[in-house]
Amino acid sequence: MIVRLLGEGQFRVDDSLLERLNELDDAVMRAVEANDERALWDGLQALAAAVRDSGSRLSDEELVPSDAVLPPEDLSLDEARELLSSEGFIPDVPVAS
Amino acid sequence: MPGLMSRLSLIFKAKFSKALDRAENPNETLDYSYEAQLRQLQNVKRGIADVTTAKKRLELQYATMQQQVDKLDGQARDALKAGREDLAREALSRKAAVQGQLEGIMQQGQQLEAQQQKLIEGERTLQAKVESFRTQKEVIKAQYSAAEAQVRISEAATGIGEEMADVGLAIQRAKDKTEQMQARANAVDELTASGALTDLTSSGDDIDRQLAQISQGSQVDDELAKMKAELGQGEAPKQIEGEAT
Repeated sequence: MIVRLLGEGQFRVDDSLLERLNELDDAVMRAVEANDERALWDGLQALAAAVRDSGSRLSDEELVPSDAVLPPEDLSLDEARELLSSEGFIPDVPVAS
Repeated sequence: MPGLMSRLSLIFKAKFSKALDRAENPNETLDYSYEAQLRQLQNVKRGIADVTTAKKRLELQYATMQQQVDKLDGQARDALKAGREDLAREALSRKAAVQGQLEGIMQQGQQLEAQQQKLIEGERTLQAKVESFRTQKEVIKAQYSAAEAQVRISEAATGIGEEMADVGLAIQRAKDKTEQMQARANAVDELTASGALTDLTSSGDDIDRQLAQISQGSQVDDELAKMKAELGQGEAPKQIEGEAT
């Protein structure tokens, strides 16, 4: 599957990684609920590292949608809350119409 | 509750999956899409230039703030020499407040630096992907039936759309960061632009409230004591007491 690390690009990873990513994602969520920014950053770094370590970067010629999208590693607690409560966090882009 | 990854993935899918479902003329869609990408690319370049300008301006302000710290220290010293401990205390309070903001700005500056590096890389990738799209659209026009072309166009344009949103978000975050740093720098300007120590009789204004919140009493006390000792005022250090007998 294709995973995008926001701010970094797309990676092709084995489908089996999804389970691990979901576990790490849960840990990130617990950090947000506990208002623990340090734990949030640790969790986001672990997520990004898992993708980088086992995936390969897509070349610039490949134009494909992602199956999963991961937040940037330095996301703040405020940004995390904004993301969970609103879609405005992701800017609108005219694809075509 | 689903996590951030699930949330983001859903948002991206919702935003980009059905964008091209109803395109009637694939060739026109391709050309239009490419033109839209070129315009977006210009926006991205402008956005990055804005961030760079804001960062440079902040670096200048940062240097001024460091001068303010030195100046306030000198003012405290002068006040103490003149026997005005109240003035010295005020100056040191302001110094503590400026230092507090400076540390915050430096930390944010490091994050901004990292974000800026990624932005430059992101712009390069986006440019390369738009170029790939230009080549691929000619291939799609020439080689595929309308139905097949739909699928391929949708995929390529969605991929590019994601890339645009990614860089767009990175620019927005970097801008937010510069604005937060700017707000801190402005707070310092307010602290120090009030003619510093000329009018201490006014009280209860914003600056005083900020000072009360930000300045750490113990730091000010310590520095006052240190300055007094250096200037030979107040309680002399103990070993000197011994020598005096």
